[in-house]
Amino acid sequence: MSETIGLILLIVGIMFDVVGCIGLVRLPDIYNRLQAATKCVTLGTCMILLSVLFYTGIGPISMKALVCIWFVLMTSPTGAHAIARAAHRSGIRLWEGSVMDKYAEDHEGAEDKT
Amino acid sequence: MSVFIALLIFCCFLCLYRVGKGPTAPDRTVAIDILGTLVVGFCAIYSIITKKDLYMNIGISWALLSFIGTLALAKYLEGRGFDE
Repeated sequence: MSETIGLILLIVGIMFDVVGCIGLVRLPDIYNRLQAATKCVTLGTCMILLSVLFYTGIGPISMKALVCIWFVLMTSPTGAHAIARAAHRSGIRLWEGSVMDKYAEDHEGAEDKT
Repeated sequence: MSVFIALLIFCCFLCLYRVGKGPTAPDRTVAIDILGTLVVGFCAIYSIITKKDLYMNIGISWALLSFIGTLALAKYLEGRGFDE
């Protein structure tokens, strides 16, 4: 029973990984790519790590998997935010189809370097 | 299990395509970050196959190093302007 739940979580996690990486290739803009790739791959990897808990039961492997889930959930959005801020500050333009840019409106004057 | 590993290798090739082609430097940084997260998934699947906790140790330390590398690259990119 628990192996079946682990297999289902593993399949769903790998599906999220594949969809996130296809989004990393297909989307037109650095910000769109960042959004798709970071969310999907973080959720997919957390589901793979959660399936380790269901496969192996309570033990050293599953406790380390829980620590790794906590770590990935804490660090991945922080890194994505840092990359997006660095990209916007280093002057990379948004895609032509973007409708608004709230960060540039909030920092007018200091941000239009290009 | 080998099907899942093959799908993860396919994801890694998509990330490497973005690392090679990406027009700006933050594109490559995002792709390298995602590649690090995929390696954690590899370590999890290997620990399911072999029932050893060695691979989870590798996954935890890899997540830490990937995060530090991403922050360092972001701080480096923030300091200079790119014309693209």
